[in-house]
Amino acid sequence: MHTRKHILVIGGGVAGMESAIHLCDMGYEVTLIEKQDQLGGHVLKWDFLFPDHRPAYEITNELCPAVEEKATIKLQTEVKNIVRQNGHFEVALSDGEKLTADALLVATGFDLFDAHKKEEYGYGIYDNVITAAELEERFQNKIPIRTAAGKKPARVGFVHCVGSRDEKVGNEYCSKVCCVTAVKQAMRVRESLPGCEVFCFYMDLRMFGRYFEDLYREAQEKWGVQFIRGRLSEAAEDIDQRIIVKLEDTLAGRPLRMAVDLLVLLTGFVPSEGTRRMATMLNLPLGNDRFIKPSDEHLRRNLTPVPGVFVTGASAGPRSISESISDARAAALEIAAWFNNSSQHAI
Amino acid sequence: MGFDLFVIPFTAGLAFLLVWFLYKTVEWLSHLNRVDRTMLRRGVISSKTVRSVKEVILESLLHRKIFRTNPLLGYMHMSLAFGWFLLIVAGNVEAMIFKPATIHPPYYPIFFRFFEPEAAGFPGAKAFEFIMDFLLVFILSGVALALFKRIRSRALGMKKTTRLLWYDRLALYSLWCIFPFRLLAESITSGIYQTGGIVTGSLGNILAGLIPLQSFEYPAWWAYSLALGLFFVALPFSRYMHIPTEVVLIFLRNYGIHTRNSYSSYSEIEVYSCSRCGICIDPCPMSEAAGIQNIQSVYMIRNIRYKTPDEEVNDNCLMCGRCNIACPVGIVTTDLRAIARNERHLSGNLHLTIPATSSPHHDVIYFAGCMGQLTPAVTQSMETILQQAGEDYLFLDKEESICCGRPLALAGRIAEAKQLMEINRDKILSSGARTLVTSCPICYKVFREDYHLPINVMHHTQYLHRLLMQGRIRLRSQNISLAYHDPCELGRGSGIYEEPRQILRLAGNLLPTASEKEKSICCGGSLGNTVLNQKKRHAITEYSLESLTINNPDTIVTSCPLCKKTFAQRSDRPVLDIAEVVKSAIFRDKDNIRIRENYQIPAEEFSS
Ligand code: SF4
Ligand code: SF4
Ligand code: SF4
Repeated sequence: MHTRKHILVIGGGVAGMESAIHLCDMGYEVTLIEKQDQLGGHVLKWDFLFPDHRPAYEITNELCPAVEEKATIKLQTEVKNIVRQNGHFEVALSDGEKLTADALLVATGFDLFDAHKKEEYGYGIYDNVITAAELEERFQNKIPIRTAAGKKPARVGFVHCVGSRDEKVGNEYCSKVCCVTAVKQAMRVRESLPGCEVFCFYMDLRMFGRYFEDLYREAQEKWGVQFIRGRLSEAAEDIDQRIIVKLEDTLAGRPLRMAVDLLVLLTGFVPSEGTRRMATMLNLPLGNDRFIKPSDEHLRRNLTPVPGVFVTGASAGPRSISESISDARAAALEIAAWFNNSSQHAI
Repeated sequence: MGFDLFVIPFTAGLAFLLVWFLYKTVEWLSHLNRVDRTMLRRGVISSKTVRSVKEVILESLLHRKIFRTNPLLGYMHMSLAFGWFLLIVAGNVEAMIFKPATIHPPYYPIFFRFFEPEAAGFPGAKAFEFIMDFLLVFILSGVALALFKRIRSRALGMKKTTRLLWYDRLALYSLWCIFPFRLLAESITSGIYQTGGIVTGSLGNILAGLIPLQSFEYPAWWAYSLALGLFFVALPFSRYMHIPTEVVLIFLRNYGIHTRNSYSSYSEIEVYSCSRCGICIDPCPMSEAAGIQNIQSVYMIRNIRYKTPDEEVNDNCLMCGRCNIACPVGIVTTDLRAIARNERHLSGNLHLTIPATSSPHHDVIYFAGCMGQLTPAVTQSMETILQQAGEDYLFLDKEESICCGRPLALAGRIAEAKQLMEINRDKILSSGARTLVTSCPICYKVFREDYHLPINVMHHTQYLHRLLMQGRIRLRSQNISLAYHDPCELGRGSGIYEEPRQILRLAGNLLPTASEKEKSICCGGSLGNTVLNQKKRHAITEYSLESLTINNPDTIVTSCPLCKKTFAQRSDRPVLDIAEVVKSAIFRDKDNIRIRENYQIPAEEFSS
């Protein structure tokens, strides 16, 4: 009897978990490592999901127990070093353990752009400038939406494309999901604060997914969210700690100044620190967005040029949760196909 | 004293050159504007003239500055210029000693050996033979280096050398020929008459065994004279015009004349003084980091000289001024470039709709500038510090951003810029403030140089420094290592290097960087370039960061909002403005308050 192939999945977000589950179901031995003390990744921090407003915990509630039952899970663990040896990977982990894997699946995902880098928007300087992730956290913890001084905001602004589609910060790509996230959050703010005006400042709206357009329409028609096209040039604070935003309204063709009580920044995706580390360690090619570049963007989206190394989820570019889940299953299949092929060629 | 037909090319060439240069000089001087002419008149009878003579010797002959940047290149220039100069002087002295009491035509000392092949017996004849040979070899070594440089510029420590135009070629090739021909002609004559120094004498003897010297003598002297004549005729049209022009430049510069905001005689003299040495190429961050090789000052100036304007070349420059510092001739290339940019034809009028307002009374005006608006952490820190120091201040552009006028001027809209400046001037002066503090080095320069304000204009580095010196704020040294970046406009542009460093030494541990002070490398964010793409900008930013982080500091500090923003996008460690550093290091206790209460504002110096 020959031993089962062993796959190391790096990263315990939705993509890593979903792949691990399917690989186990196909009969492989899987170890999944996660650097946090809990499985789930970014989804843990979302309150509810677009486009149907379902609670985010439903996702983790399903995936976490399933993967825990099937795979070997190591939390608070990172990869220290990888050596390739006769078709195996000798992996040293941060807890001192060494293991041998036949394949690696990189599922290290993304980080959110650091809003401090866009100093002109005043994040970290003005108390009433927050990120969409922080707003989501308030939703999740049922903290009422208030200004720093504890007042009900009369006007909230959402800024799209913070750290995305911005040559100056070196991120020219679209992060894909922030537009719809803004719409989702704008609706929730209106819902929880009737009478509060909500504005979205966007360059153009990328409602790419099924039902997203409906969401956008509902935001305007039912909730009265106002969409203003134009890129924010800067934000300042007035004496009452209100945030003065300045932008060119490119539809009306005139400069606009507006005071809001709370400004929410839709920070985009950047390759996570883990993704960057894995790419360097394994010598994986990157796209010009610095996310990992698969061997073929159409036919081999999970394969990398390094034999035995696969990629899934947002390590290979901005993705929504549902896209990451489909992609994770595809990655499991890709790995199985690779094992079958290479066993034919007798390693 | 003899004459021979072959001296004609030399003599005619020399006459042409002298007349031409005289004509040019008269033209330049007569076109100087009133202010410059007054400066010239005042300067001539002052010590400035003495200083100029000294500089001419040090720079035009000895090429001291080139020596400093690159000894081998310096030697090359010096051997040609100084060697030739000495050869002429020694030749004349020799002729005078040999035949005193006669006035020699200019060609006589030059072709002395031909006319007096057997000259001997006069005092020091042997010594002269030796000296003349020595000088010739000295010059020839320079020519050899020049040849070598053309073939392999890297060998002389330069990554790039300049491309040649055909007039330059003509002049260059004739220059290269002059001294080998002289060597040949003198050696042949020495060979025939069995005279000459160690070099020409022995070479003559060797040649005697190889060729019939008699029939080669005359052609060799002709060749020498022709090479000289050709060089002199080609010189005014070639880059070698820099040789005489630089002398004029040195005098005028010492008299305080400089290029202002339009193309003047002095600008033209600067243009003609460029030797196209190419020293400005290597320090240019555009070539070093962004791989752009056609826009450097040497090319821009050549375009001006030959009237082949190229907007792309003019525009694609950071205006960082690194080449100004490097230029051994002292040409302010960025001023020339700014003028070249403004030649562009602008159509249409701009209407300014800025209301004139007056400001309430305050002691100090703080001005963030449009770039300062984009770095709220800086303006906030400045406000905290101003309050901490107990200053009675007005944040002039807190609510509404105010433009200092520079962008308009840079775009060639001089009239509109003037109008805007008048409005701003009233705003500033109506407050009765005695000090204007700005966070942006560009605004600082504009307020100081173009506004003619009768009050103290300070960049915040200077102001913070003053607060510290006066004890109005005190710093607690932090356990943090810092590297300071000199912003182009504050460092090279305004010469402020020490204040920020003194402040930072109080606030933390200031580490050296790879390119300090006037060598500082532009952050890449420069507003002086509107055509450079982001990728290249990033390459320049990273190049500059590399130099800043050579000693691995915890934090990079700068004092320009634009530098800060530019670095912050690419840096792997925090980038702060000096105001932020001061704010976080400020020492707050009762003591400090007492200092403030006892503190008396001293009579400030007024800047005009
Ligand atoms: S999804 Fe929308 S907000 Fe996000 S980067 Fe793309 S366009 Fe900008
Ligand atoms: S501008 Fe100055 S450094 Fe540049 S080529 Fe001319 S003389 Fe040399
Ligand atoms: S100003 Fe700076 S960018 Fe422009 S040519 Fe000189 S060194 Fe190069």
